[in-house]
Amino acid sequence: MTAATPAMTIDQLKDAAKAIRRLIIKITTEAGSGHPSSSLSAVEVVTALYFGGFMRHSKANPRDPKRDRFILSKGHAVPVLYSALCHAGYYTFEEIMTLRKLGSPFEGHPNMKRLDTMEASTGSLGQGLSLGLGQALACRLDGLDAHTYVMMGDGEMGEGQVWEAIAAAAKYKTGNLTAIVDQNGYQQTGSTHQVLDLTPFAPKFEAFGWHTQTINGNSQEEVVAALTAARKITDRPTAIISQTKKGFGILPVLETTGDLNYHGKPLSKELAEKALALLA
Amino acid sequence: MIFTMAGTTPTSNANIGALSGLKLGKATRDAFGTALKDLGAEFPNVVTVDGDVGNSTRTEVFAKAFPERGFNVGIAESNMVGVAGGLAAAGKIPVVSSFAVFLLANAYDQIRMSVAYPGMNVKLVGSHAGISIGEDGASQMAIEDFAVAAALPGMTVICPADANSTKAAVRAMIEHKGPVYMRCGRIEVPEIYPADTKFEIGKANQVRDGKDLTIIATGLMVGIAIDAATLLAKDGITARVIDMHTIKPLDEAAIIKAATETGRIVVAEEHLMAGGLGSAVASVVVKNKPVPMEFVNVGDTYAESGDPAGLLQKYGLTAEAVVAAAKKVRSR
Repeated sequence: MTAATPAMTIDQLKDAAKAIRRLIIKITTEAGSGHPSSSLSAVEVVTALYFGGFMRHSKANPRDPKRDRFILSKGHAVPVLYSALCHAGYYTFEEIMTLRKLGSPFEGHPNMKRLDTMEASTGSLGQGLSLGLGQALACRLDGLDAHTYVMMGDGEMGEGQVWEAIAAAAKYKTGNLTAIVDQNGYQQTGSTHQVLDLTPFAPKFEAFGWHTQTINGNSQEEVVAALTAARKITDRPTAIISQTKKGFGILPVLETTGDLNYHGKPLSKELAEKALALLA
Repeated sequence: MIFTMAGTTPTSNANIGALSGLKLGKATRDAFGTALKDLGAEFPNVVTVDGDVGNSTRTEVFAKAFPERGFNVGIAESNMVGVAGGLAAAGKIPVVSSFAVFLLANAYDQIRMSVAYPGMNVKLVGSHAGISIGEDGASQMAIEDFAVAAALPGMTVICPADANSTKAAVRAMIEHKGPVYMRCGRIEVPEIYPADTKFEIGKANQVRDGKDLTIIATGLMVGIAIDAATLLAKDGITARVIDMHTIKPLDEAAIIKAATETGRIVVAEEHLMAGGLGSAVASVVVKNKPVPMEFVNVGDTYAESGDPAGLLQKYGLTAEAVVAAAKKVRSR
């Protein structure tokens, strides 16, 4: 049976976030590829969801129908999810250190066929919110009070399907659905402002009929407050515009590289050591 | 300016099966909608997800009977398929329908990532497939749906030939665990099967026996193939006709048996040559029992607006075209 996970205090969450960041650095550097900076921006939200008392989940029965769901639509940031699940005791450090290696279920993007903790197989951007809406509708049909969270990237918001899902969720008034936009300001080839500027996000969601909050998504306090407020909205879907920094936690290290986007590449062993020292 | 095209002789009715004494029945899309509604109580997890063409695909019949289980997400096929993936992940059996071309071409990435790759128990039903939809023209005609659906690992692809087999196919599709694509047509087709017929995924039906060649057909072309067999019989040629209602997984045993026993094969489908039933059958024949083959299909072109019978005639999907292919394959 899925039970509510005991909520950590803010200080405990901050320690957990730091530990999860260390895991992200270690596993992506070991893999020699991946998206650590995209993972690091999302840490406070993922930490709060899994350790802050928001997600009811169970290691004994990961697919319990009564569980709360988290769909990582920006699937390339999956190291944050593997690391959080490792920190929660689902997987050992040795297991997640096989990230991206042949034969490992810890693939470069989430694969729900190989890991029962993954709520969706993502990696083609734009699809997670539709999947979350489907889960939310099914839970409502079944009379379950389960909540579904979907995290998207700000670059991902360029996909038309996201806006189809936003409109449909508003139509169906899915109060059991929360979208989180990890607005870290960058996408593959540059800043989102340069590539395709869809800001401000909140008024767009509001125009469709969503409840919105815009927060500093790297503030553990603000994340917990926003997720708490989101659960109180039950008559319509809610969006949390989580303004973050890509690579948050190791920004001084990224600054030395001259690349604050640092998209889709792991830290070298030397940089990883410096980053881990920062996160000690 | 108006680009001139070769004219056709319009006829109001395709009259498929008339030569063989078959009675015209319902369109497969109509049989689908009714069958789905009839199964609604028995399968409480079945839900429908529509892209605002439920009155064309006939899922509205189900949605009217079970309004809380029918979702219309508007003209947004990508989201439609994604929502179905999420519903399936939570244990529902979503039946997603649209015009086949909009379902498979517009939402292909979603079918791949949110349905096929994770092995979701989603049923994709494409209506208005083939050129026989008629006057709406090429933009609405799925002629590549077998190719793109069957290309996806784990996808089952079926295409029932008449109303009674469609009814049975809907049950088989719902009872099957995993993603299925079912093709339906818009126009009325002849009754080939009795009301109590069964539909076994992956098991072809021999609907006529013969020894001189085998015509392997699917969907609308099954009735046309039966007419071709009737015409060939007048020339003393007996044709076996196989309804290959499952495009994937293919009934290889039936194909090898046909090649072995009749020595000649014609494949007839309302689809492009590329990636269709013909290609799939040919790969089985070449590998196991090479025999001469001919193909009756849309070829490598888009069709156009027109009446269904005129289109079938212009694009070579007639009993006469199948007879010509049969005679050609016999001459080799």
